Amino acid sequence: MFPPIPNPSVASDAATPRFGEKDILRRSASEVTPPAQRLTEVAKLIDVSKCIGCKACQAACLEWNNLTEEIGFNHGVYTNPMDLTPDTFTLMRFTEWVNPETENLEWLIRKDGCMHCEDPGCLKACPAPGAIVQYSNGIVDFQHDNCIGCGYCIKGCPFNIPRISKVDHTAYKCTLCSDRVAVGQGPACQKACPTQAIVFGTKDEMKDWAELRITDLKSRGFANAGLYDPPGVGGTHVMYVLHHADTPSIYAGLPDNPRISPLVDAWKGVTKYVGLAVMGFAAAAGFLHYVVAGPNKVSEEDEENAERLADGTPPPAPPAGLQEGRTP
Amino acid sequence: MTNAWTDIKNTDLVVIMGGNAAEAHPCGFKWVTEAKATRGAKLIVVDPRYNRSAAVADFYAPIRQGSDIAFLMGLINYCISHDKVQWDYVKPFTNATFVVREGYAYQDGLFTGYDESKRDYVRDTWEYEIGPDGYAVVDETLQNPRCVWNLLKEHVAIYMPDMVERICGTPKDAFLKVAEMVGECSTPTKTMTSMYALGWTQHSKGAQNIRGMAMLQLILGNIGVRGGGMNALRGHSNIQGLTDLGLMSNLIPGYLNIPTQKEPDFTTYMSTRAFKPLRPNQTSYWQNYRKFFVSFMKSMYGSAATKENDWAYSYLPKLDVASYDVLRVFEMMKQGKVNLYFCQGFNPLQAFPDKGKLAAGLAKLKMLVIMDPLQTETARFWEDHGTFNKVNPADIQTEVIQLPTTCFAEDEGSLVNSGRWLQWHWPGGSPPGEAKTDIWIMAQIHLRLKELYKKEGGTFPDPIVNLNWSYKDPGEPTPEELAREMNGSVLVDVFDPADPTKKVLEAGKQLSGFGQMRDDGTTAGGCWIFSGCWTEAGNMMARRDNSDPGDAGMFLKWSFAWPANRRILYNRASCDLDGKPWDPSRKLIEWDGTKWTGYDVPDIPPTAKPRDVGPFIMNPEGTSRLWVRKMMRDGPFPVHYEPFESPVANVIAPKVRGNPVARVFPDDWKTFADIGDPAYPYAGTSYRLTEHFHYWTKNNHVNSVLQPEQFVEISEELAKEKGIALGGWVRVWSKRGELYAKAVVTKRIKPMTIDGKTVHIVGVPIHWGFVGAARKGFTANTLTPFVGDANIETPEFKAFMVNIEPSTGPVVA
Repeated sequence: MFPPIPNPSVASDAATPRFGEKDILRRSASEVTPPAQRLTEVAKLIDVSKCIGCKACQAACLEWNNLTEEIGFNHGVYTNPMDLTPDTFTLMRFTEWVNPETENLEWLIRKDGCMHCEDPGCLKACPAPGAIVQYSNGIVDFQHDNCIGCGYCIKGCPFNIPRISKVDHTAYKCTLCSDRVAVGQGPACQKACPTQAIVFGTKDEMKDWAELRITDLKSRGFANAGLYDPPGVGGTHVMYVLHHADTPSIYAGLPDNPRISPLVDAWKGVTKYVGLAVMGFAAAAGFLHYVVAGPNKVSEEDEENAERLADGTPPPAPPAGLQEGRTP
Repeated sequence: MTNAWTDIKNTDLVVIMGGNAAEAHPCGFKWVTEAKATRGAKLIVVDPRYNRSAAVADFYAPIRQGSDIAFLMGLINYCISHDKVQWDYVKPFTNATFVVREGYAYQDGLFTGYDESKRDYVRDTWEYEIGPDGYAVVDETLQNPRCVWNLLKEHVAIYMPDMVERICGTPKDAFLKVAEMVGECSTPTKTMTSMYALGWTQHSKGAQNIRGMAMLQLILGNIGVRGGGMNALRGHSNIQGLTDLGLMSNLIPGYLNIPTQKEPDFTTYMSTRAFKPLRPNQTSYWQNYRKFFVSFMKSMYGSAATKENDWAYSYLPKLDVASYDVLRVFEMMKQGKVNLYFCQGFNPLQAFPDKGKLAAGLAKLKMLVIMDPLQTETARFWEDHGTFNKVNPADIQTEVIQLPTTCFAEDEGSLVNSGRWLQWHWPGGSPPGEAKTDIWIMAQIHLRLKELYKKEGGTFPDPIVNLNWSYKDPGEPTPEELAREMNGSVLVDVFDPADPTKKVLEAGKQLSGFGQMRDDGTTAGGCWIFSGCWTEAGNMMARRDNSDPGDAGMFLKWSFAWPANRRILYNRASCDLDGKPWDPSRKLIEWDGTKWTGYDVPDIPPTAKPRDVGPFIMNPEGTSRLWVRKMMRDGPFPVHYEPFESPVANVIAPKVRGNPVARVFPDDWKTFADIGDPAYPYAGTSYRLTEHFHYWTKNNHVNSVLQPEQFVEISEELAKEKGIALGGWVRVWSKRGELYAKAVVTKRIKPMTIDGKTVHIVGVPIHWGFVGAARKGFTANTLTPFVGDANIETPEFKAFMVNIEPSTGPVVA
C-alpha cells in the first residue's frame, strides 16, 4: 500500500519536549561548549519533481505558526505573496522555463524557505548574543527575545531568507517546526503535503530517499537529476531533489554555489575585539551595516515603496483614480 | 469512478484529460505520484493549458477546449488501424459482435431519425437485430458489415491524425506520441487509467466526451481491472452522494427514475423496465428494478404504500418535461413562472451560466430561501456592489430568508467519495450562532407543512401527510436513523416458500444488502445501492481497518463502498473468458473452479460459471457497449460537435451547429456569439485553482492570502498583440457580460492553429465574487452561455467565445 510517512525517527524526549540549552551546538555572538553527543541530524527533503504547487505547505505553515499574512494582490503570476515576509516563512515560487535541449516548457515549482544550513551564515553574522541558535540536530532557530532587529542575519544568509517584522522589529523565518520536531513530529508543511513531495526524517534517511527519486527521474530522461545539499554551507538540513541539479538557479534563483559572504568572516574578526565591549556594540553594528549595506541612503521613493508594502498596496501602483480593491 | 482512488497506484499509465487532478484533486493525486514512484507509471496530460498536472507529467499535449471527441475518436482510430486492441477482451466482453438493425445510419454529423424542428431524434432504428430466438444477433467472426465493430471502424475513419490536428490544434506528432503510449496498454498486462472531471462534463456534449474514453478503455481491455477504469473525479466531497440519492428532478435514489406523464400508472411504468436479457444466460440485473422500487416506496410511505394502491405510485410526481434541471428552472424563473425557490447548500448565481439571466430570474421570485453555512452571492443578489453587482435594490421585491446551517465539519453523517466509498464522519467542532443542521431545518418545515395540510386539506395532501416520519424525535431525525433507513430493513417476517417453518427474514432487522430486497412490501429501503451500509453488524461506513490483503489497493474493511462493498465495478472483466486474471501480478478476483474469489467483492453471482455469464451484469447484453443503442439522446457513437460558441465551423459536419439535440431556450440563441464572430475572437474557458474550493474558500483568510485576487490567463503572444502587461488590468467580455481582472501572462498557454486559423485561449478561473474575505471580483459566469449537455444539462462552462483588451481596471461606483 501507499506507505504513509511515519512520524520521523527522531527521538523525542517527553520530559523536556522543547529543545533547550543542552542541545545547542552554536549560539550567535557567544561561545558555547557543544554537547558531547549530537542529536541525530534531521532533514526535510523537498522533491521538486513531485510537487504540484498546491500551496498546502504554505497554508499549513500559516496555520501551525498562527501567522496572519495580508491578503495581497495578483501580480500576474501564481506566486503569492510575491516574496517571503515576516509572516510567510515558506513560499511556493513558480518559474516557467523552456528546456533548451528539448524545447519543452517546464513549470518549475520550488518551495522556498530556510535551508537550515549546517554552517549557518545568519548565525555567524548575528551580533546579538543568543538571538540565533543551532541545535545539534541541525535546526537553526531564532530566539526573538534576544533579537535586536539589525537585519544582519539577512545579509549573512546566502539564500536571502529572514525577514524583519515591522511589528516587533525582530527577524523571522522557518523554524523547521522545532516545536513539533522536539516532540517527535514532522514539520507542518511535510504533514500537509498531499503528494509526499516533502518528507522529513534523519538526514541519512532523506539522502537514501533522494537516491531512489533520482534513479526514477534519471529513468524518465532527467540525466542531471540530483540532490541539492550544497557543500559551500556545510550541507543543509533542508534539501531538494531537482530534475536539473546542474543548474539550481533556474528554480527561481536557488543559488548554484551558496556560501557565506566573506564580509561575515570579517565581522567575526571584529567581534573578537568588541564582543565584550557592550558600549561599543552600537558603533560596531553601525560599522558592519556600512560595510555590508553601504551608506544609508533612503530616497523618497524607497520610503513610498516601504509605506506601500506596509499597507499591503503593491508597487507599481495601478493607473491613477482606479485603485484596486476599493470598496464602493 | 469505476475504480477507487486507492487503485490508481496499480496503473501503468495515467491519462488526465478533461480534468486537472493535481490542481483540483491534490489529495487524491497522491495515488498518481505513488504509481509513478513505485510502478514507474507514466502520466499524460491533454489540456488547453499546461497546468499543475502537466507540471509533473511525462508528456503534455495541448488541445483546444471542446474538441475532445475528435481526439478520442482519433485514438480509437489509431488503435484499430494499428491493431492495438485487446481482442480476447473486446470480442466476448463488448458488444463489438452485435449486429445492428437495418435502417440505422450515420452521415454528415447526424444519425438516422433527426428532426430539426424538435432538435431531437426518433431513435427507433438505433437497436440490435433481433433473431428468431428473441435474442440479439451476434457475429463472432466480425464479418457482418453491420456489426458494431465494423460500424465503429467506419465511424472513426475520418478522425485521422491530420484531422485531429485540424480540429483540436494538437500537433500531429504530439497526438501520435499520446496514441503510441495509449496503444501500449492494449496488452493484458498493461493498464491505463482515465482521470477526468468537469473538463469533460461541462460541455454541450459532455456525456459523449466520457463515452469516447470509455469506448477506448474497452478496446484496450482496461475496464474492470486493477489500475484501469473510467474515473470521474467528483468536485465536491459529497457530490457523488448527491447523484446516488437522486437529488435531481428526474431521479429516485439509486438511479431509479421519477415517472413521466406517459406513465400514469405503475403497470405502464414497469412495462418499460422489464430488462429482459438480450443474450442467453445473462443476468440483466435491472430485472430486480421492481424490488428496489417497491422497497423505496415502503421506506417513503410505510403502511400507506400497499399492493392495492400500487405502492402509492400515484403519490409520485409525473414529469411533463425531461427534467426540471437548474437551467430550466431559471428559465422559468425569468419568465415569472416560479414563486418560491429553496436554495439549499447551493450558490447558483455563481454556479450556473449567464449571471445576468440568473439574477433577472431571482428578481422575479416572490421568495428566496437560502440554507447555507456561508454568505453567498445568491443570498445577496439584490445588493448593490457597484460594478461587481450593479443592481437597484428598490427594483427587487423578492423576499430573501437566510437560514444558517452547519457545515460538514460540524455535524455527523456520511460522505460518498469519488470511489463510491461511504465514509462516516463525526463533528469536529460546534456550529456558531444560530446555525442548525439541514436535517433539523427540513424536519421543522415538513412538520409544519404536514400540520397545515392536515388542517386545511388541499388539492392532494396524501404524499405529504402520509410521508413516513417514524423518527424518535420527529423534530430532528438523527443521521443514524436516516442512514439505517437508506440501508433498509425487514418489515414483516418472511418464510422460505419451500419450508414455511423456516424464517428467512425477521421483521425489524436491518437488511444485509439489496439482495434481500423484495417486491411484495415485506422490505423497505431508501436507496438500494446503499444497502449494506448499516446492517445488523452496525455502521459499516464507520469502519477504519486499513488492512489490504495482497497489497491490492482494495481496503475492503475501510468504510463501505456501494454496491455491496465492491471497490472495482465490472471486476469479472479482470479475468479472461475462463476466469483467469489477465495479469497474474494484478489479480483482483478469479474463478477457482467452483466460485469467484479474490481481493474484491466479485461483480458477478459468486457461482456463475465463467463462460456462461458475461461480466457486465447490469446490461441485458451481458457485455459492455461500444455502441450504446438508443440510450443517449445525441447518438450511439460520439461525434465531434463544436461548442455552441466556436471559433470555427464544424470541419466534419459544417451544417451542424453545436450539439444538434442540445436544448436551447428560444431567447438564448441571440445571446450566443455567431460561429467565428470577429467581435468575440478568443476561445474562453473557465476552471478552478488549487488554492480555492469553488466559491467557499474566498471566505477564508488563508486561502485568500494564497490566491487573493481575480485573474485571467493568456499567452505571451496574445498579450503582445493586445498590449497587455503582466499583472496589468484587462477587460474580458462575451456577448452576455464583462469582467475586469488582472492578467497572468504565461508560456503555459499557446495560441493554436485550428483549421488554418490562429486561435488564442483566454483562461478564466472562477473563484471570486462580491462576498467574502478575498478581494472583490466578478463572477466568472457573467461570461458563460446558458446551454447544457444534451443528456443531463450540465452547463457548457468550458468553451465559449470572448474578447479582451487592456484596461485601467473596474470603475468602482
